[in-house]
Amino acid sequence: MNSETENIKKLIIDQSLELDCGKIIKNFPLAYETYGALNKSKSNAILTFHALSGDQFVTNINPITKREGWWTAAVGPGKAIDTNKYFVICANVLGGCMGSYGPKEINPETNKLFGTTFPVITIRDMVKAQKYLLDHLGIKKLLAVTGGSMGGMQVLQFVSLYPNMAHSAIPIACSASHSAQNIALNELGRQAIMADPNWKKENSTPDKGLAVARMAAHITYLSKQGLQEKFGRKLQDKGSLKFSFDADFQIESYLRYQGSTFVDRFDANSYLYITRAMDYFDLNKQFNGNLSLAFKNTKSKFCIISFSSDWLYPTIENKEIVIALNACGANVGFVEINSDKGHDSFLLNVPDFLKTVSEFLNSTYNGINNEKRI
Amino acid sequence: MKKEFEVISQIIQNNKRVLDIGCGDGTLMEYLKVNQQNDVRGLEPEKNLVQKCISKGLPVIEGDAEKELVQFPKKSFDYVVLSQTLQAFLRPEEVLNQLLRIGKQTIVSIPNFGYWKVRLHLLLKGTMPITKNLPNEWYNTPNLHMCTIQDFVNFCNKKSIKIDKSMCLTNEKISEITKGNMQYKNIFSQLGIFLIQ
Repeated sequence: MNSETENIKKLIIDQSLELDCGKIIKNFPLAYETYGALNKSKSNAILTFHALSGDQFVTNINPITKREGWWTAAVGPGKAIDTNKYFVICANVLGGCMGSYGPKEINPETNKLFGTTFPVITIRDMVKAQKYLLDHLGIKKLLAVTGGSMGGMQVLQFVSLYPNMAHSAIPIACSASHSAQNIALNELGRQAIMADPNWKKENSTPDKGLAVARMAAHITYLSKQGLQEKFGRKLQDKGSLKFSFDADFQIESYLRYQGSTFVDRFDANSYLYITRAMDYFDLNKQFNGNLSLAFKNTKSKFCIISFSSDWLYPTIENKEIVIALNACGANVGFVEINSDKGHDSFLLNVPDFLKTVSEFLNSTYNGINNEKRI
Repeated sequence: MKKEFEVISQIIQNNKRVLDIGCGDGTLMEYLKVNQQNDVRGLEPEKNLVQKCISKGLPVIEGDAEKELVQFPKKSFDYVVLSQTLQAFLRPEEVLNQLLRIGKQTIVSIPNFGYWKVRLHLLLKGTMPITKNLPNEWYNTPNLHMCTIQDFVNFCNKKSIKIDKSMCLTNEKISEITKGNMQYKNIFSQLGIFLIQ
């Protein structure tokens, strides 16, 4: 076990889980965190799924990285996902590096770090592992499942696997099937890591490679307009160009900073595994090309949200989910939020977005409580 | 709730599946859901109105009927409602075909261009009519294909669309359109409401 993640909440799942790759894992740790309080009837629980670079520390200060949780804009007391009212659960995904079973953990059979000997995992494996956590917490039906990006994919997989386990589902800025462009971008990141001579070298980490992967990925999270407005051609020092390869432009130094801080908190092999899981995600294919069948038995109310400037998971891909849900008569709402902040919009303080999430949850919550009174 | 919606909600039976196209802020949907236990869905092009609907817990999709209707399966709704929007589409005939495909029955309402005030405005002033129901100038009106009650009935006959009910509204008063009073209603009604299939 990794020393710095010793003191975080972990569930050791004692059952065996057959992964999509065919391998069976058992007695594996799943690290998680909860916020707010579970009510008596256990009807206020929201399972949030994190994205590629996230972890279980949704809000407040992350005790390991000492930085704000990834969804602090949306989750907390009085916020859109109000922890005074709801019980918010988040688990570190299988393959992650914040305490859950992943390449950064020790392989009990060899007593060595897993590294790339860890089995390839999928979004479905991640979701199945988190179902054990819900069982452990005694939650039979969630108020909602939600998440953006890869978190949204887990939402879709969850409602497909467990059609009667969530009153509502809010998949945000995601896709039912990873596009060629997104696979290409992930491959770029993986190759950057693998090209680092320190990758697979004992007692060293491919920091350069991971930083470059993060830099490239970070560009895809923003929009052209957002970048232009924030950075334009602004220079790092007010003077003139240096006629060198130092970071002349502010955008360059911003990206370098993003890359260098990422390596402090993320494991390069986890990056490989998680991006692979995203690439393998194809809910269409799981249902022989008919996405509607994925949702055939769903009892959940859906609120699907995309962002106008998101080119990584564009509105059209989100809308394919809406179309599939409509085709099977599911209860679905959809809105594209205007924002120039690109894919990252779901992590930021975008008032229209947060208002939509807050009010949708509120109406779901009131809906089930009114039903009970009748 | 406006009179037109009262008429529409009376046509719709309880516990049925309803798609409201151009549902606006969801007033009709909410009424149908709460009072008639209808299973409602909405389609609306305006973002802020979609957000309003979602806040109310109404399942509304942001989108343009001219592009989005193809995604709904055949006869997937008991009723499809299109309130005073047919004339604003680029291809109203195609939209109408989609409505008839998706809905077992379709409720369409149209502002009547045959209304006497409209006729008089054009006749006396010689400019495009502006009335309470048609408040815009010719250069900024969303209405591309205005028609009269008579036009709509003729269209249905020509296309073999069965009209199950035809009603009209004049100053909040509702009445039925029959073969006998058609000429009269086409002059004195502001709005026509039709149940077709």
